[in-house]
Amino acid sequence: MAELSYRDAVIRGISQEMRRDKNVVFLGEDIGAAGGVFKATVGLFEEFGPLRVRDTPISEQAILGAAMGAAMTGLRPIAEIMFSDFIAVCFDYIANEMPKIAYMTNGQVKCPLVIRTGNGAGVRFGAQHSQSVENWTMMIPGLKVVAPSSPVDVIGLMAAAIRDNNPVIFHEHKALYATKGEVPDGEIIDTLGTAKILRAGTDCTILALALMVPRALEAAEILAREHGINAEVVDVRSLVPLDTQTILGSVAKTGRLFTVEENPRLLGWGAEIASIVADEGFWDLDGPIVRITTPHIPLPAADHLEDLALPNAARIVDKIRRVMNG
Amino acid sequence: MSLRSNPVASLNDDIGPNIRLELYRLQVEIRDCEKRAYDLFLQNMIKGTSHLSLGQEAIAAGFGVAMKKGDKSFCTYRGHAHTLARGVPMEAMLGELMLRDIGLMRGKGGSMHLTSVEHGVMGSYAIIGAHLPIACGSAWRAQYLGEKDVSVCFFGDGTTNIGAFHEALNFAVIWKLPVVFVCENNLYMEYTLNADVTAVPSPAGDRASAYGLPKIVIDGNDADVVYRTAMAAIEKARNGEGPSLIECLTYRHSGHSRADPGKYRPPGELERWLEKDPLKIYKQRLAEFNVDAAQVAAIEVESKRKVEVATELCKASPSAPVELLTADVYADGGWAWRN
Ligand SMILES: Cc1ncc(C[n+]2csc(CCOP(=O)(O)OP(=O)(O)O)c2C)c(N)n1
Ligand SMILES: [Mg+2]
Repeated sequence: MAELSYRDAVIRGISQEMRRDKNVVFLGEDIGAAGGVFKATVGLFEEFGPLRVRDTPISEQAILGAAMGAAMTGLRPIAEIMFSDFIAVCFDYIANEMPKIAYMTNGQVKCPLVIRTGNGAGVRFGAQHSQSVENWTMMIPGLKVVAPSSPVDVIGLMAAAIRDNNPVIFHEHKALYATKGEVPDGEIIDTLGTAKILRAGTDCTILALALMVPRALEAAEILAREHGINAEVVDVRSLVPLDTQTILGSVAKTGRLFTVEENPRLLGWGAEIASIVADEGFWDLDGPIVRITTPHIPLPAADHLEDLALPNAARIVDKIRRVMNG
Repeated sequence: MSLRSNPVASLNDDIGPNIRLELYRLQVEIRDCEKRAYDLFLQNMIKGTSHLSLGQEAIAAGFGVAMKKGDKSFCTYRGHAHTLARGVPMEAMLGELMLRDIGLMRGKGGSMHLTSVEHGVMGSYAIIGAHLPIACGSAWRAQYLGEKDVSVCFFGDGTTNIGAFHEALNFAVIWKLPVVFVCENNLYMEYTLNADVTAVPSPAGDRASAYGLPKIVIDGNDADVVYRTAMAAIEKARNGEGPSLIECLTYRHSGHSRADPGKYRPPGELERWLEKDPLKIYKQRLAEFNVDAAQVAAIEVESKRKVEVATELCKASPSAPVELLTADVYADGGWAWRN
């Protein structure tokens, strides 16, 4: 066991897999000698050399296109898109090319690759460098989408994503890079499509993802301490595949469901889950499903405004308390 | 590398009679197959769309013969010719156009996505420019693993105006990738003259210098010229000397897609290009070189027979089973997105 930062966990996850399999290669902007703009790739260039850790020009289409062509013909590339907002610049590969190639070719071609990208707000970068875009990628058949919240999950899900034979979008949260957590020694490998119950509870279920997970946990403690509400907190971790069994199981136990989402409200990931639970867990519910999200606005840069936009522990507590006691 | 002119002198030159017959055979078969595709379209037996390469056969044939087994083709929606040129059987190609079970992808991809991995046809892409970076990735894999295959990427003149073209060229050059970019300049994008919307006269050739590459613009209707240029570029790539960008001047005899009558073309233009029909040019060449006329005739007869057989096989083929609807969404063969 050792304490590791989320940032160092990215490095450990990638290096664990690159040591294991020489077909794993890594490309992106400033990832090599510079160690990445978030310092989340430090040391990889030194260990694996310039042929496996390749710096690219500012060519997001070429980065993803090259990753795809390499994946289709035998490698297992990891491609970095520095900020997840930049996905819009190369969305063709994410929406039309990678996720469709297996289907269109009747299974002749596979596309085993990982796109890792810095997602989310909290660092005051404004509207074009702070978005939570996990819902952009969740809606596309053929992709897998994960968003870990802790260092140990970063390593295990990174390993699982690299070993998976599908294109996987790996959302790292920019505001979590500096956070720390306990990580066991040795190889870590996790399973895509599994949610994790982080706090057991009986009164309501709170679903959260990435940066919203520590906030949901903090809210749960306050709810228990100050309002007598014992919340179960579930880290969704993987949007596709989605662990609906864990979610429905938790709702069956608690009878109430809240989602805490950083993506803006319209068609955020919680909307899909709310619809599934309304369909399949309706008779377990004791009250309406409530979504707590960033409003339908671009993100401001100013710290006090950004703080107002994102769900935080106080807002989660307030909402849940009022709904539950209402 | 040689431009435009056809420097051949005799039958027993660097190309020789066997390869010439092969170049002719491919052009004839592509022509006959494309004509059949058009007929089937008019008979409503090809649903959806189709983009013919009538008039552009010499490019597919020249590269098809120059490429070795294991080399990879990346094509566009106008990819029937390149698919046939790598040895894919006619019924697999036509069957896909007809969306039948016998088709290359059993009807799941359709005419714009012809793929046959076993023949090195790594896909046909319908978003303009998308496959240029993808071809770079395939070439990167070859370079990284020390594999000797070359990736060849075909696209149109209109494609030189999309960003992915420029990103891919820069990328291929800085990484010195074994990839050959082949621009089939048939003058038009869909219905617009590409020259009207392009800053330079040679859409690919005049961009080459921006990426440190030589300008190569060739007669794309002369299969000998295409073949020689292809051989040189592929050899260069295979030897680790990096990418090439080749612009092939050509013309499509038919419309852009489906039943487009091509009304936007000025009168006389098609007629002038029909004078330079690649099949006409090549048949004349074979005659000049005294290639056995019986062999030439046999190729033509055999091609017609093959098209008939393929058509019958396709017509007899059922639609694919409905289970295919949800197959291969994910790599495990299924479509499960939840438990
Ligand atoms: C990104 C994108 N924009 C537009 C289209 C529509 N489109 C299909 S074919 C075509 C013309 C392409 O021209 P060119 O590259 O010269 O190829 P050609 O069809 O002449 O072979 C266009 C605009 C598309 N498929 N993808
Ligand atoms: Mg064109």
